[in-house]
Amino acid sequence: MNAYSDLRVEPITVQKPRSVPKQRLSPGKPARYGILLGPALLLLYWTVLSVTGWLDPRILPAPWTAITTAIELIREGRLQENLAISTWRAMTGLGFGVIVGVTLALLSGLSLLGGYVIDGLVQIKRGIPILALIPFMILWLGIGETMKITLIATAVFFPVYINTHNALRAIDLRHVELAETVRLTRWQFLRSVVVPGSLPGFLTGLRFGVTASWLALVVVEQLNATSGIGYMVTLARNYAQTDVMLVGLVLYALLGFGSDAIVKQLERGLLSWRKTLGR
Amino acid sequence: MTISAVQVRGLVRTFTLKGVLNGIDLDIAPGEFVALLGRSGSGKSTLLRALAEIDHEAEGSGEIRLPERLSVIFQDARLLPWMRVLDNVLLGVPGREARVRGRSALAEVGLAGRERAWPHELSGGEQQRVALARALVREPKLLLADEPFGALDALTRIQMHALLRRLSDVHDPAVLLVTHDIDEAILLADRIVMLDDGRLAADLPVDLPASGIARRERIAELRALLHRLLGVEEAPADYHEDTTPPEPAALGRAI
Ligand SMILES: Nc1ncnc2c1ncn2[C@@H]1O[C@H](COP(=O)(O)OP(=O)(O)OP(=O)(O)O)[C@@H](O)[C@H]1O
Ligand SMILES: [Mg+2]
Repeated sequence: MNAYSDLRVEPITVQKPRSVPKQRLSPGKPARYGILLGPALLLLYWTVLSVTGWLDPRILPAPWTAITTAIELIREGRLQENLAISTWRAMTGLGFGVIVGVTLALLSGLSLLGGYVIDGLVQIKRGIPILALIPFMILWLGIGETMKITLIATAVFFPVYINTHNALRAIDLRHVELAETVRLTRWQFLRSVVVPGSLPGFLTGLRFGVTASWLALVVVEQLNATSGIGYMVTLARNYAQTDVMLVGLVLYALLGFGSDAIVKQLERGLLSWRKTLGR
Repeated sequence: MTISAVQVRGLVRTFTLKGVLNGIDLDIAPGEFVALLGRSGSGKSTLLRALAEIDHEAEGSGEIRLPERLSVIFQDARLLPWMRVLDNVLLGVPGREARVRGRSALAEVGLAGRERAWPHELSGGEQQRVALARALVREPKLLLADEPFGALDALTRIQMHALLRRLSDVHDPAVLLVTHDIDEAILLADRIVMLDDGRLAADLPVDLPASGIARRERIAELRALLHRLLGVEEAPADYHEDTTPPEPAALGRAI
């Protein structure tokens, strides 16, 4: 035996083994559907108010009224039809906004001349709220679908452009040096450094863009629409059908929530290489 | 006379209002391992960046002749965080057969089986070994390294020394290693040059006897000389006494 064998060893209480130590400064590992907790609580609150009769149904109908009305609207076919049209508008506007935003961000982020021309213009235009453009848009494009989609696309363009452009400007100089020393071609450099490096910024922009598209959708559908969720709500307001109005509101909420979730999922898939707190 | 791998003549580099390199002449023979010492701010990185042709912000003149194939290792591993380890190694190397070479380069630095890891999943030393593999897979005739082990702990550094020396014996590129560690320079290099005041102030061959007392005495002598040239107090004598590196075979499992 060794020299320590005759030492009297005090008994040590062995702590229970912990599988994974907690990170003290991060909120901890998120539960799978934890994001639904807040909405669930709100729903509960609303239900309680309705059941107890504190909430006048003429002000805000009960949740189950919304559901029965929705079922009725689906049976009549009005809900699907209007929902499809609204979704189509938002998605088309989003598509155009993203394409134009990314293209211009690339042009102004990667070439000096592009930067002078485009970025200057965008910064000026940025000072004007989108809604202030509506009169001009109507004057130029009429009140049809073209105007609606253009306005949505414009609203989407800004967050996409600004975030992508910032990300391109913030590409790590050390990575550029590396690309030079391994002699990447311009195309290889774009593909392996610029695009993945600015992807997080673009995705942030996309998330804001998606939100902006729904926001703009609500506004344009209040303007002389003959179809869409907004139209359905406007019509219902004229007849004081609060339940239909409520269904419209819930639809907007679900659409916004759902599309944001899709972008988040996209982020998770594309940025799996990142090590961050909230995942 | 042999043809040099690197030939630098009259190299001058200045930053706005500040001269840094003031006429550098340097030759490095093929396969020669040269360590570049110098005080902080003496222009070591500036010289290396001039050779690597990434010193766009500096002005200057002079003539530089370099081999076509050269690799650079930085102080940080500089891996692209969005690429898996093997793709980082093969950055800019085209072709399917390259993947085979990439794998064997990773195996050479003791990282076989980690091809599909993300950079952030590796330790600092492992990341720097990936950077070494990325440099080697290009089969360089010249390897430029700017304090590649500066950010590593002492033990890892010793292991990296052994690895670098073994790999540079196998692949035989000319090497220019910037370091501020005198012992590292003595241990690794065939020749030590020192930058001072914009010029190469010393150029010493490292001619160590194979082993025994003579080797230790020569090491002590060189160390004392280099300390004097750098104008710093010498470290205690027992520091780094034996400069025999650990067996490379142990490296595969290290860390
Ligand atoms: N981009 C730059 N702009 C202006 N001055 C610079 C720049 N890069 C380096 N210098 C100056 O040039 C001098 C030499 O810098 P260099 O980085 O080559 O030193 P070094 O020998 O590598 O030092 P260290 O051992 O601390 O890394 C320093 O005085 C530094 O301030
Ligand atoms: Mg330096």
